[in-house]
Amino acid sequence: MTGAPTHSSYGAHALAAQDIEAYLLRHQHKSLLRFITCGSVDDGKSTLIGRLLYDSKMIFEDQLATLTADSKRIGTQGQEIDFALLVDGLAAEREQGITIDVAYRFFATEKRKFIVADTPGHEQYTRNMVTGASTADLAIILVDARKGILTQTRRHSYLAHLLGIKKLVLAINKMDLAGYSEARFSAIVAEYRSFADSIGIRDFLAVPISSLAGDNIVTSSENTPWYLGPPLLSHLENVEIDSSALQLRPFRMPVQWVNRPDLDFRGFAGLISEGLVRPGDAVRVLPSGRTSTVARIVTADTDLRSAAAGQSVTITLTDELDCSRGDVLAAAEHPPEVADQFEAVLVWMADEPLLPGRPYWLKLATQWVTATIHNPKYQINVNTMEHLAARTLSLNAIGIANLSTDKPLIFEPYEKSRELGGFILIDKISNATVAAGMLHFALRRSSNIHWQPLDIDRNAHARLKHQHPRLLWFTGLSGSGKSSIANLVQKKLYALGKHSFLLDGDNVRHGLNKDLGFTDADRVENIRRIGEVAKLMTDAGLIVLAAFISPFRAERRMVREMSLPGEFVEIYVETPLEIAEQRDVKGLYKKARAGELKHFTGIDSPYETPEHPEIRVNTVETTAEQAADEIVAYIMR
Amino acid sequence: MNTHAAPGVSALTHLQGLESESIHIMREVIAECEKPVMLYSMGKDSAVMLHLARKAFFPGTPPFPLLHVDTTWKFRDMYAMRDQVAKNSGMQLIVHRNPDAVARAINPFDHGALHTDLWKTEGLKQALTQFGFDAAFGGARRDEEKSRAKERVFSFRSASHRWDPKNQRPELWNLYNPRKLKGESIRVFPLSNWTELDIWQYIHLENIPIVPLYFAAPRPTVQRDGLLLMVDDERFRLRPGEVPVQRSIRFRTLGCYPLTGAVESSAMAVPHIIQEMLLTTTSERQGRAIDHDQAASMEQKKQAGYF
Ligand SMILES: Nc1nc2c(ncn2[C@@H]2O[C@H](COP(=O)(O)OP(=O)(O)OP(=O)(O)O)[C@@H](O)[C@H]2O)c(=O)[nH]1
Ligand SMILES: [Mg+2]
Repeated sequence: MTGAPTHSSYGAHALAAQDIEAYLLRHQHKSLLRFITCGSVDDGKSTLIGRLLYDSKMIFEDQLATLTADSKRIGTQGQEIDFALLVDGLAAEREQGITIDVAYRFFATEKRKFIVADTPGHEQYTRNMVTGASTADLAIILVDARKGILTQTRRHSYLAHLLGIKKLVLAINKMDLAGYSEARFSAIVAEYRSFADSIGIRDFLAVPISSLAGDNIVTSSENTPWYLGPPLLSHLENVEIDSSALQLRPFRMPVQWVNRPDLDFRGFAGLISEGLVRPGDAVRVLPSGRTSTVARIVTADTDLRSAAAGQSVTITLTDELDCSRGDVLAAAEHPPEVADQFEAVLVWMADEPLLPGRPYWLKLATQWVTATIHNPKYQINVNTMEHLAARTLSLNAIGIANLSTDKPLIFEPYEKSRELGGFILIDKISNATVAAGMLHFALRRSSNIHWQPLDIDRNAHARLKHQHPRLLWFTGLSGSGKSSIANLVQKKLYALGKHSFLLDGDNVRHGLNKDLGFTDADRVENIRRIGEVAKLMTDAGLIVLAAFISPFRAERRMVREMSLPGEFVEIYVETPLEIAEQRDVKGLYKKARAGELKHFTGIDSPYETPEHPEIRVNTVETTAEQAADEIVAYIMR
Repeated sequence: MNTHAAPGVSALTHLQGLESESIHIMREVIAECEKPVMLYSMGKDSAVMLHLARKAFFPGTPPFPLLHVDTTWKFRDMYAMRDQVAKNSGMQLIVHRNPDAVARAINPFDHGALHTDLWKTEGLKQALTQFGFDAAFGGARRDEEKSRAKERVFSFRSASHRWDPKNQRPELWNLYNPRKLKGESIRVFPLSNWTELDIWQYIHLENIPIVPLYFAAPRPTVQRDGLLLMVDDERFRLRPGEVPVQRSIRFRTLGCYPLTGAVESSAMAVPHIIQEMLLTTTSERQGRAIDHDQAASMEQKKQAGYF
């Protein structure tokens, strides 16, 4: 054991002894770093924290006496101190020598204050790791030098990255058991780096340590002369945390509660999530969109001249506006988006798996809505980062899914804002928190917000053309015959004097959507844009024909919901896969079978059959001519 | 401090951050729970918690009552403080004494662990059930003790007030899930992330009134079972040979006076207390007889419904 410290709490600060006022002043202005330890089972996370507490002299004599006795009785280190016992506080944890739930511990050095969450390595308790990670600025990923990178190392790294933890430290532990070998260290770092690259982690610091023996924790170790970086604690003390970035963003404050002590006072209480606010600022109340001006920022001490992200305040406005819990006060000119359909990543945390279609409570900032989750698009294999097809998500699964809410949500992508982009799902029967979610983007915008009213409306255009605008949506496998039938329909409409326009892969993929590929996310975006374009065209009075594979029900539904009632006509061009593959007009199936084309619908990407299409065309039983006639008849009714 | 923020704004200090977090937690409870109550025990943590509540709801009065689960064995100064605070805050004060413990004259001299169990644990459960409170604020901090370090901010309790430490709800970001079935309740800990040093520093900066027992003064004491006890009233049973001695003492934590150990000290102002604390070698709970009973004692008590 290195350097036995003297045991007085908070470090025996010479300054505290000499000049307490000076000490307090300095302590008051220390910055705060919240971090977690994570990684695989038994890699030494709890031991590391115990060690940090011990070495930063946070352990009192009575606690040390208990620790020493406990170590002998139930510790894993024989007669030596088992530092993990300082952190593993539950009886069940001490009995089994494992961590079950997060422990929050506190320590301070001359430079900084720290809140550290020790998280469990066992996969079974991943949700507790996620709990700890959600509030962290930095993650220390521990690896046992003998075992190297394991599944849980990857899972935790990925989760830390998903949750937006920007600073990562790879602590290669138990170097004492690996002969302090530089080669071993470098090999693990190299393996980790290639994994980190693959998930988009740009930077991390790798440190060789021994939590048990204390190497490179507080001081640089003589056992690793080849390691030139800082010891762990000095890195933690000096790593930059960008707390001011949030203040530079436009102002947002989710309203928690309306403070009405008497008839003369009406204040909106909340925690400012982003930006800065001053009396006189123009603000917009969402979702109503009404604007007003900040009158006062009230606190119990004095009115403030400004308040910033991270502060809990009470704001009064110059106008009597309707505003209550769940609304968001935002910079008038830069309000957040409002929408009711999203793509999100979900981390499932309940034993009972996700039931697509079932209503769950969703809480985001101070908003409560009912949400239904569509079939997951895919689940992520944390070992390979592969996208796996998934019908549900079970305990600890991470997946991507679309979701719809019964009321519009005021939100921002999680990437931009933890507060307005992070949400939890709650089972309506058991009240358990079943998932954590992070919003990616809205699939469509809520239509009633800041809408520019048009003098010449869609009906005017349509009347001029003597036709009803329609969106004929042809869906089906590649090679099923969508484009051929759509072309025929267009010819017939033209003959009848109807103005139509055909959107298909060729005229959209090369222009409007040439930046999109064929991943699930790109497919969603592809369809969303087509939906928007089609909407503009129906607004112009046109009959729009859209011929796209559009394999996912959710996106087809999304476009349907963007259209006016009765306007969207879903036409399922039904051709069995074998037949489409036999036809293989463009030779694409052959390529997909040969593995040259990835994500090919029907081969390695699913096609979700329409459940209630307006028209179903069976191309084996009917000719394209017959099908086109049937469709024209349908819309000319 | 190095910030790139707009002029005139700097990053929050950690105390401002903690204050803001606690206020946010309290407001979430008020907005989402039907009948909250604040446990008030007259200690320094209660003082800070109440101070924060007044800030959170200013200019209004905190919209919930204070509940003191009394054991009849607190220091006299604590009772004086309680009544003073109730008067100043304009909040309703509910004092609950377990009638069973009253009837059986439960006391720390004769009844050992039963004293805490009946007065505090049972008394608290009775009061919460009787008034139908569905959320109770408590001033516990995670740095106090190793099972507290594991507890959520919103800590869920079954209808029989039990805590299941192996099955806590995940708690992400600052999104708390207060949903519960009838009969179930939550204990809410707005001071979870505060340390003892933070509490003292905040008391100092905000000038929060605390019970005078936290400051050193000459008081009648006896040494017993490794604790320095104060003879606060005539109910204190002296053992044969014990004679109260005047010593300059103060308390780091306050509870039932026959169970609470003092430290010898000359600290008469908060900075001086902090200084002694920084240089001390023992933890704050050292002065509490209750924790030394069994190894995992606090966890067991909490599972059974102790705060
Ligand atoms: N030799 C050696 N042993 C270590 C070191 N760090 C931890 N250990 C031992 O490894 C075992 C597991 O340590 P813990 O700290 O409980 O591991 P953990 O990562 O917290 O485990 P979980 O939380 O259950 O996932 C214990 O027996 C430790 O004493 C080290 O640096 N060197
Ligand atoms: Mg552990």
